[in-house]
This record gives sequence, C-alpha cells and structure tokens, in this order.
Amino acid sequence: MTVVTQEAGAPFGAAPPSGDSAIVTRGLTKRFRGGQVAVDALDLTVPRGSVFGFLGPNGSGKTTTIRMLLGLVTPTAGEYSVLGLPLADALPRVGALVEGPAFYPYLSGEANLFRFDAADPTAPGGTAKQRVGEALERVGLSAAAGKRFRNYSLGMRQRLAIAAALLGPRELLILDEPTNGLDPQGTREVRALVKEIAADGTTVFVSSHLLTEVEQMCTHAAIMRTGNLVAQGTIASLNGGLATRVRVETPDVADAARVLGTLGLADVRTPDEGAASVTAELGAQAPEDINAALVREGVAVRGLAVVRPSLEDVFVGLTGEGFDVDG
Amino acid sequence: MSTAETQTRQTPGEPSDGPVAGTQERRTPGLVPVTETMRTAERRPPEPPGLAQPPARLPSAFWRLLGSELGLTFRRPRNQVMLAVLASVPVLIGIGLRIASGDEAVGGLIGAVAGNSLMLTFVSFSVLVLLLMPIAVSVVGGDSIAGEAGAGTLRYLLAAPAGRTRLLVVKYLNVVVFAYAVTVVVALSALITGLILFPVGPVTLLSGSTISVADGLLRILISVGYVGAGMAALAAVAVALSTFTEVSIGAIAATMVLVIVTQVLRAIPQLEGITPYLLPTWWTRFDAVLRSPVDFANLGQGLLVFGAYILLFGSIAWARFSGKDITS
Repeated sequence: MTVVTQEAGAPFGAAPPSGDSAIVTRGLTKRFRGGQVAVDALDLTVPRGSVFGFLGPNGSGKTTTIRMLLGLVTPTAGEYSVLGLPLADALPRVGALVEGPAFYPYLSGEANLFRFDAADPTAPGGTAKQRVGEALERVGLSAAAGKRFRNYSLGMRQRLAIAAALLGPRELLILDEPTNGLDPQGTREVRALVKEIAADGTTVFVSSHLLTEVEQMCTHAAIMRTGNLVAQGTIASLNGGLATRVRVETPDVADAARVLGTLGLADVRTPDEGAASVTAELGAQAPEDINAALVREGVAVRGLAVVRPSLEDVFVGLTGEGFDVDG
Repeated sequence: MSTAETQTRQTPGEPSDGPVAGTQERRTPGLVPVTETMRTAERRPPEPPGLAQPPARLPSAFWRLLGSELGLTFRRPRNQVMLAVLASVPVLIGIGLRIASGDEAVGGLIGAVAGNSLMLTFVSFSVLVLLLMPIAVSVVGGDSIAGEAGAGTLRYLLAAPAGRTRLLVVKYLNVVVFAYAVTVVVALSALITGLILFPVGPVTLLSGSTISVADGLLRILISVGYVGAGMAALAAVAVALSTFTEVSIGAIAATMVLVIVTQVLRAIPQLEGITPYLLPTWWTRFDAVLRSPVDFANLGQGLLVFGAYILLFGSIAWARFSGKDITS
C-alpha cells in the first residue's frame, strides 16, 4: 500500500536525489497549528554506514524531525528522502525507536514483538518466530520473553523497544534518545549494541541531548538548536573547528604567559583571576618543546596538558550557550 | 538510486569493512558539512549485497495484521467480560420467563416464548439491541485507534509500516468481526437456553401463522446477519470518532452518547420526520423475520441505511486518519 508514501512524500513529488546517503532532507520545515515552528528549513545529510549523532537540547526539534522521517508527521515544507526510496518502500528496512518504548502492557514481550512484526507488510509470517527470537536474543531478553510487558523494568522496556527496531534486516536504525532513563549499566549496554549494529554496516541515526554519548558512539553529528541546524559533519571535523589548546599549570602565571607568547602561540589566556594556570592554542608546536622552553626560562611547571576540544566546546562555541546536560 | 550504484553494491566478494572506513573519515578536517560529508560518504566501500532489492509486499500481510488485531481483541480480558455479560442476559431472560409462565397459561410475548424455544432469541435481541450490544461495540470501536494512540503503539505500528489506510481498514474489520461475535454470542446463548427451558416445535409467528423448526432456525440466521450489520454501522461511527482523539474513553463515551441521544430523539413525536435516518430505528427492524413471509423489503431498507452510515463514517475516518499528524 502506498498511502504512507503519498502522505509523506506527495507534497514534494519525487524524492530528492539521495546519492549514497541514508537520509537527506532539504528545507524540511514543520510548523504546528498555532504557528509554532518545531523544525525550520533543515538540511541534513546522513551518510550511509555512519553512526550519526543528532544532537540538541530538549525541544530543539529532534523528535519532530524523526517523526517526519518516519511519515508520522507531515512536513509543512521541504523534502526528504530515506534510503533513496519512496517512504513506504524504505520503512520496512528502517528500525525505529521514537520517544521511548510503547507496548501493550497485557502482552508478553514476545507477543508484543509478534504484533509489530505483523504490521510490516514485507515480513513473511512463516519466519516471524525466527525474527522475534533473534531480536530478543540480540538485546538479551530471551529469558524474559514470556513475561508480561507490564512487569518489565525500565531497562528491559528500552531493550524490548530496540529489539522491535531490529526485527528483520535493517539498513537504517533511527534511535530517539535510546539511553533515556537507563542506569549507567543499561547505558553502556545500549552503546555497545549500537556499535555492534553499526559494525554490521547498518546506518545508525541516534538522537541525544547528551554530548558525551554522541562523542563516544558516533562518527558523525549534527547539532540542532530551536529547530535550526547549527552544524553537521564528522565528529573530527566538528571538533576541528576549535583549536587544540595547551594548558600550563604554574605559580608563575605572568612569566609563563610571556614565554608562551614568545613561542608564537596564539590566544594566550589566564582563565581565572588567581588561577595558577595559563592556556594557549597549541598550533604546530610540540608540547615537549613548550615545556623545555618554559623550564629554560625558569618557569616552575607543575603540569602541562594538551586539551582537545570536546563537542560541548563546539556547541558552546556555536550557540554561545550552555547545554542542557541533565535533560 | 542509480542502476550503476546498485550494480556496484551487488559486486560479489567485495570486503565489507564499513567501520574501518568510518574511522578514516574522522581525519577529514574543517567544519561544515553537507558537501564534505557527502564526499567522504562516497569514499566508503560498497555495502554488502543482499538488501539492494526492496522487499516485496506480501499479499498475505493484510490477513496477518487482521489476525493479530483479532487476537488482541478476543484475548483482551475486558472484551471477554463484555461477551460473557452479553451471553448471560438471554439466560436470565429465559429463567425469568420460565418462572413467569410456570404459574398459569399466559398470552402475548411471554406465552409465545414459553410455547417455543426459538422465540427466546428474538426476545433477547429486542432487549439487548438498543443498549447493551451497542455499548459493547462502542467500547471496542472507540478504543480502536484512540487506544493505540494513547498507548503510543500507534506510532510504532505506522513506522513498521502498517500503512494508514491498511491499518484503518484492518481496525474497522476487526470491530465488525467483534460486532458479529456479540450478535452470535447473544443468539447462541438464547438458542441454547431456549432449547433447555422451553419446548421444541413449530414456531408460531406474530402474524399467527406457523413455520417449521428448520425455517425458524433460518430466520434466526437472517436476523443475526441483519443485527450484526446494524452493529457494524455503529462500529463505523465509533472508529470515526476514535480517529479524533488520543483518549479512548472519549471516543467510547461519544459513541454511547450518540446512541442514547438518537433514542431520545426517536421518542419525541414532533421529530418523527428524522427517525428514518437514525440507526436505532433500524436496529429493531430485525423483527421483519417474524412476518410471514419474511419482510425482506424492510430488511433491505435497513441494510441500505447501515451501508450509508458505513460509507459516510468510513470516509470521515479515512479523511481524518490519513492526514493526521501522529504526535502521541
């Protein structure tokens, strides 16, 4: 049935050329009734085979974007393409976790998966048992397969949702906040699972409001802020926008700053009033040479560190505001 | 996707070292983006073959989804309780009539039932068809879409992708099957109770003529078909209302209110003109099977009204559901 395609794709005619991208959006916009713009002219390119972090504070339009990609919400303007196919053909190859798990509480975990498997028009009923078994196995829920969903713990619910996203062969996995509400152990498990899935060649598109999570899991990232895309690219290229710095801990702050200046380091800063450290952009200098120069000039060096920029620095640098880490 | 790319992807024996390529990409310097990431993406080796062909849609998938839906409906304790309650009503009526007729010879309806086991089915229908049966259908119909939306399972069904029209049709057929299950349960319960409590023999109709037991059973079958169709018309109303909310109790209550309001309207003599357009007017017309011969013209007109309701409310449901933003 092509209805989903028409609803999601019809306003734009043919899907935009996707090249070798798992997801492409051009000018994708969603204005909800009441005029609130949730997503504003989004141009997103998710390369195939990447683990793509979709980063932004709560309420920045991540979930609305994901809902549009899955055909749940009709865009107000713009176009998009998933796996370069009409949406109805693409969705059977897309596994999704949207805004947390949602299952039938009175059914067992296994029966729940059978239910969603039955909704996929390309999944043969004869092999459903195998698919469900493998999906449960993959997330480590085989032992709890017969237990009612009602009695699942939060972590088990999240894992069941990931199992549902893994029913059948997937080319793209869209995970909306997959570690939300999980304890550290559960978070580690989900991250390991995502890495494992990506290693099989599946593209993973994972939204998160946690910078560290994206930094640890992803090869690429896009940063959203109030419905707008702030930046996107490989993690390295995003970090590359900010210089690596060297930090010298010393009681002789003024001397150290002078030495760093004479070495030609840019942007020499003493971070805090009375702080016993100086930082500067590392540039092409080798840290050991800097240390030698400092010591030669009689500066007492207590510590010397190379500080690579984190995604958080990138975010703060791009948006000029802090990040909602606790969410 | 161009043909050339597809062919590249299917090249056999190509090593699939996606993750390694991923780490190489990290070295790409410079911020921003789209063209850069696209170029790095193109450098990736082709993916392993096997998924290049879109999986075919299976003709059996519709029936599989319907089967899953029916399984959910009939295994749900709430629905089982409703069916059990409906099955118990003819038993209670039968016992009541048996006691009432035990004292002395009575005439009228009680006499007719007491004289023949098959009549209990029609009596049960006339008692249940205006309230209890519509309630059961309203509950399942009103819950159909709104219940999934409220639980959040709707977004996963649609992302599966169940397909909006396909899901709506499956949901509606499921309620229709439940409506017929309700009708059959009432009829069977009444039939069995009647056979136990009352004598079996030729049936005396309202018009006074007599028909054989086999003919009587056939007429019960016709009335089941007709009453079920009436409930299926109500199911269309319930499913349509269900597409407008994420709170299933709202859709259920709205359907029940409609049922009750239409009955009130029917009772107002000044509004006689609108009664032919109201569902309850036609629900009770199953008694046409008790005429001799069966008043098929009356039944046919009722079926037309039911069909019109199904068409109208089915269209409303589709118009609403096919374009709705699923934000639950």
